[in-house]
Amino acid sequence: MPKSKSAYSVPTKKEKSDTYIFVVWVDNEAGVLARVVGLFSGRGYNIESLAVAEVDAVKNISRITIVTTGTPQVIDQIKLQLAKLVPVHKVAEFKREDKNVIFKEMALFKITGKKKKMEKCLNACKKFDLVILDETKTSKVIQITALRREIDKISKKLKPWGLISASRTGAVAMTRGAKIFN
Amino acid sequence: MPKLYTGAEIVFKCLEDQKVEHIFGYPGGAVLPIYDELKNHTSIKHILVRHEQGAGHAAEGYARSSGKPGVVLVTSGPGATNVVTALTDAYMDSVPLVCISGQVPTHLIGTDAFQECDTTGITRPCTKHNWLVKDINDLSEIMHEAFKVATTGRPGPVLVDIPKDIQFAKAKYKKPKKEKKLNGKSNNKFSQKQIDQLIDLLKNTKKPVIYSGGGVINSGPKASDALREFVELTGFPITSTLQGLGAYPGDDNQFLGMLGMHGTYEANNAMHDCDLLINIGARFDDRITGKIDEFSPNSKKVHIDIDPSSINKIIKVDLAIVGDVTKVIGKVNKTILKKKNGHSKSNKSNIAKWWEQIQKWRGKDSLNFVNSNDSIKPQHAVQRLYELTKDKDTYVTTEVGQHQMWAAQHYKFNKPNRWMTSGGLGTMGYGLPAAVGVQIAHPEKLVVDIAGEASVLMTMQEMSTAVQYNLPIKIFILNNQFMGMVRQWQELLHEKNYSESYSEALPDFLKMAEAYGCKGIKAENPSELDEKIQEMIDYKGPVIFDCHVDPNENCFPMIPSGKPHNQMILGPNDQEENKIKGKGKALV
Repeated sequence: MPKSKSAYSVPTKKEKSDTYIFVVWVDNEAGVLARVVGLFSGRGYNIESLAVAEVDAVKNISRITIVTTGTPQVIDQIKLQLAKLVPVHKVAEFKREDKNVIFKEMALFKITGKKKKMEKCLNACKKFDLVILDETKTSKVIQITALRREIDKISKKLKPWGLISASRTGAVAMTRGAKIFN
Repeated sequence: MPKLYTGAEIVFKCLEDQKVEHIFGYPGGAVLPIYDELKNHTSIKHILVRHEQGAGHAAEGYARSSGKPGVVLVTSGPGATNVVTALTDAYMDSVPLVCISGQVPTHLIGTDAFQECDTTGITRPCTKHNWLVKDINDLSEIMHEAFKVATTGRPGPVLVDIPKDIQFAKAKYKKPKKEKKLNGKSNNKFSQKQIDQLIDLLKNTKKPVIYSGGGVINSGPKASDALREFVELTGFPITSTLQGLGAYPGDDNQFLGMLGMHGTYEANNAMHDCDLLINIGARFDDRITGKIDEFSPNSKKVHIDIDPSSINKIIKVDLAIVGDVTKVIGKVNKTILKKKNGHSKSNKSNIAKWWEQIQKWRGKDSLNFVNSNDSIKPQHAVQRLYELTKDKDTYVTTEVGQHQMWAAQHYKFNKPNRWMTSGGLGTMGYGLPAAVGVQIAHPEKLVVDIAGEASVLMTMQEMSTAVQYNLPIKIFILNNQFMGMVRQWQELLHEKNYSESYSEALPDFLKMAEAYGCKGIKAENPSELDEKIQEMIDYKGPVIFDCHVDPNENCFPMIPSGKPHNQMILGPNDQEENKIKGKGKALV
């Protein structure tokens, strides 16, 4: 046991952390994102990415997708704590490995340089639903959608070929098949 | 056309419909329209405090002793920031509070206006929910929902921030809706199957212990009745957390005393050695569990709690029942009675051996202390206070520190709602204003704040409130001239380096009492203690009692650092053998 002079117990052995995706339906009202994010920071949970937008304009419902890591106990706590917030309607959580759920993230890349190098970039991005949004003689803005780790990889690869700016959304998630979360 | 009311009027109409009788507050620029309206609502009495923190704690004392939500009214900026400590305290100890704060006019929000602060931002982490009212048409609904959120599920504080222009604006008033469900946030979802599982566990246990907490108090007096019936039906030993004291009679033979860091030897050992642990409305706080890895290692654990997020937060349990204590225990009792079906034989014989073991632990008499004829021992002072006030249905509040633990150990509570203390947040300065609130709720009862001289100085100004409203609160100060608990930890953990834990220039509390216009009593000698305490009780008005106690006394028993429940330090004699080793210091 480590030595320390505090009024509290020392941490006990840690369980393995896994990556989970939370989907939270909330009332789209002032401060609601701060409540959700504040819960994470206040209780020491980690946010790897966050995506939020209104999904039902009539009922004023926003859908927040949060990627986080934690031990099963922490993940359980996050879910229960989120569910306690007044503007939260429902909470669903998935393991990243869950085959029944589709996760996607979008990225915009600005590439500059010689034509040949830009071509190389486009080729490398082809398998990620590449869309060219803007073109000049010396630059391109492209859009790709892929998994988070794929975008991590490709942006690393594109750097030496002229990637000068990247903008990414957080991950969003949807279950496969006709079922919806309840 | 329906009648239009100003925002200030709507606030009061809501308070009236919520049956609020008292509000604790302090006026200021941004709440003046609400204060202006006060005169038109005679059923609501405003208690003027001397600092907004005092308003918050007074409302907490009021709520905890009466079961009704406490209402606080403060101005913007410093008014709101001053109340943050009390809101956090209420959040940690699950006390229902509704705080109404003034805010600068809507068009000035965000401009760093005079006395502006981001009140909803600041109080977001220390309330169950808060609202900034930007549209007068939302005001009545928000006010009613605020009361609902504060009082349902696990109770707690809420805050409604009302800009000054909204207080002037006019709108229709909406009555509270009847039984509107808070989007599934009410938590009574247990099933008979879970109850049956619990009954099975009860049947087979040989070494059970019941560990009850503040949830029993919060669930109302019926919960305490149900708990008492449950303990009687099962014959099980019961221990309680700091916040749960009074739910079960403190002088009953089945009661093992408080558990945890300064709990009794028998309670902590029973927790450690039991084979069935039934947690009723408690939350496995770190002051209770000690070392998590070795917490009650051989027991099946049952957790009954209204808050699903309390379950498995710290200790993994085998059976979780989410629901209101009154309902759950009521159902359990009914099921037990039905199953018995006339046969009064229970498993009481199964646990006879366990009781023998508990009696052995009791034999240690872990709350003992070496009394003295020369100086007043603080434990003795609490015991005398208890003996002289026990026939009076006394309400006790405390500050935070050694005196708080001595009060919890030596004052026996027989009814719920009689014990108000800051457990979760540990707020020094809680007790005096809390006593003000308790006395407002129970004007005819004896209310005593068992205090330390360091704590009480933090909110001393509220004596002025007590004098203004002629509230006969008794401030019983165990004056040891130290921040005693800090001193104790420094003695045990930091090689007696008493860094800044001694108050050099304490005020003369008798003169202070005189200055506030109340009575001062001083006791320095054990022989005069009883007589002086009686004088305090008999005096019809607020009293500051300066009880000079042995400055070197420490609070035992104690679970030291890094140790599980079954390795307690018992007292001065036992201490030499069990010196806290370096590695253990982390846990005290």
